[in-house]
Amino acid sequence: MSKLYFTEDHEWINVDGSDAIVGISDYAQQALGDIVFVEIPEEGRALAKGDEAAVVESVKAASEVYAPVSGTVVAGNSALEEEPALVNTASQSDGWFFRMQLSDPAELEGLMDEAAYATYIQGLDG
Amino acid sequence: MSTPDATLQHTALYNLHQELGAKLVPFAGYAMPVQYPAGIMAEHRHTREKAGLFDVSHMGQVILSGNNVEAALEKLVPGNIVDLAPGRIRYSLFTNAQGGILDDLMITRRQDDLFLVVNAACKTQDLEHLRRYLHADISIKLLTTQALLALQGPCAAAVMERVADGFNAAQPFMSMASVQIAGVGCDISRSGYTGEDGFEISMPSDQAETVARALLADRDVAPVGLGARDSLRLEAGLCLYGHDITSETTPVEAALSWAIGKRRRMEGGFPGADIIQQQLTGMAGRQRVGIRLGGRAPAREGAEIVDKDGQVIGRVTSGGFSPSMGCPIAMGYVDAPHFQAGQNVGLRVRQKTLPGQIIDLPFIPHRYYR
Repeated sequence: MSKLYFTEDHEWINVDGSDAIVGISDYAQQALGDIVFVEIPEEGRALAKGDEAAVVESVKAASEVYAPVSGTVVAGNSALEEEPALVNTASQSDGWFFRMQLSDPAELEGLMDEAAYATYIQGLDG
Repeated sequence: MSTPDATLQHTALYNLHQELGAKLVPFAGYAMPVQYPAGIMAEHRHTREKAGLFDVSHMGQVILSGNNVEAALEKLVPGNIVDLAPGRIRYSLFTNAQGGILDDLMITRRQDDLFLVVNAACKTQDLEHLRRYLHADISIKLLTTQALLALQGPCAAAVMERVADGFNAAQPFMSMASVQIAGVGCDISRSGYTGEDGFEISMPSDQAETVARALLADRDVAPVGLGARDSLRLEAGLCLYGHDITSETTPVEAALSWAIGKRRRMEGGFPGADIIQQQLTGMAGRQRVGIRLGGRAPAREGAEIVDKDGQVIGRVTSGGFSPSMGCPIAMGYVDAPHFQAGQNVGLRVRQKTLPGQIIDLPFIPHRYYR
C-alpha cells in the first residue's frame, strides 16, 4: 500500500516500498498558473535530497522542482512533453513528473503527510 | 495566493480585483492583479478574440502646460511634438546624453496642454527629470486622483459603441476623445499595449470602479491581469521598459528609429542626439530582434544568444511562451551582422542550447484601427 508525503517546497512523493512517484501539489500548480513546459530528469540520474530534479515553466516564469528524498530516477513522465498542462489539470495523478528508486527511505520521516501539508498551506495563505 | 504586504499602494480598483478573485502581486510599488481565476492563457486568448479590461492605474499620468510647452518637451524627447495636431497622440522616449532611453511614454496634445502617460516604475525619476530640464514657467502636474484602464481587443470598439455615450467608432488610431461611460466623463485614447485595437481610458479614481463595472458587464469584456499584458505585448513586439529598453540601449539599437521625427533627425536638439544621429546614418552595432524558438522550452530574460559556433552574439531581454503561436518566443539584442531575419541562433538555457530563428517583429501582426 502506497503512502503520500509532501515537502515544504510543494512536491508530493507517493511511496510504495522503495519505489516512488514525484510531482507537484495542487497548491503549487495553482500558484504557478498555466504550465507550458516541464523539463524532466533523465533516466538513471542520481539525486540527493534537495537537488534540483526538474524545471516547470509557466507562462510567466521558470521554477525548480527539488528531489524530496535521495534516489535514482527510473523514468520521467513523457506525457508532459506533449501536454505540460496535465500538471494543471491532474497535478496529483497524470501530471506526475518522475519515478524514482529511493536510496534512503528513512529520509521520508522528515516529510509531511497529507493532513500536515493541508495545515501547512493554510498557514501560508494567512 | 498570499495578500501582498501593507506597504504597497492600491489602485482605485483594488477592492474590485479582490472581488473578481485576482492574484495580486507587488509591481512597481503597487498591489496589482497578475491574473484572475481564468488564468494568463485564457485571459490572453480572450484579449486576442474579444476584449480584455486591464487596470493600468499604476502608470503615471502627467499634465504639462505653459507657453510653447511642445517645444520645451522636444528638448527631452526625439519625437516631433511641435507639429502634433491637437487631439493626437505620439509614442516617444526620454533619452539621456549617451542616447540611452530613460523611459518610454505616450504624449497627447490636448487643446491647452500635453498629457503624458509614463511607466509606473519610472514616474518619480521622470518627474525629477522634467522638473530639472524644463524651464520654470512650464507647469508639471502628476494626476494622483486619476485612474487609467485599458480596453483591448478586436471587440473593443463595439463594446465602446454599446457602453460609451458620445463614442465615435471612426475615432482615429493614436487620438484622444471624450465620452461618458455610466455617466462618468472619460478621456479615451485609441492606443494600447497589446497590438490590438483598443482604448486607454482615463477617469477620476473615485469613479473608476463604476466605469470598470459598466465595461465588465458587457458580454465581450473580461478582466485581464499583468501576466497576459506581458505575453500580449511580447507577441506584439512592444518593449517593456527596464528589460527591452534601458538607459544602456539607444532608440536605434532598440529598433525604435521610427519614433524619431524626420525634422528631429536633421535638427537634433534632444539628449544624446549626436550619438543617435550617428547611429541613424549607418548601422548600430547591435539591434533588438525577435526570436522564435524551435522546441517547447522558453528562454527567459538574460539567456545568452549564440551563433552556430557557440559564440555569444547577444542576450535575451524578454522571453516567454506565446499563447497565440503555441511556442516559445523571445526578444533580445544581437550583435551585427547576425541580426538579419532568417538567421539561425542558439539560446543557452540550463546548459543546453535551444534552437531558434531570428524573425521580423511583431510576432503577431498588429491590428490597430486604421
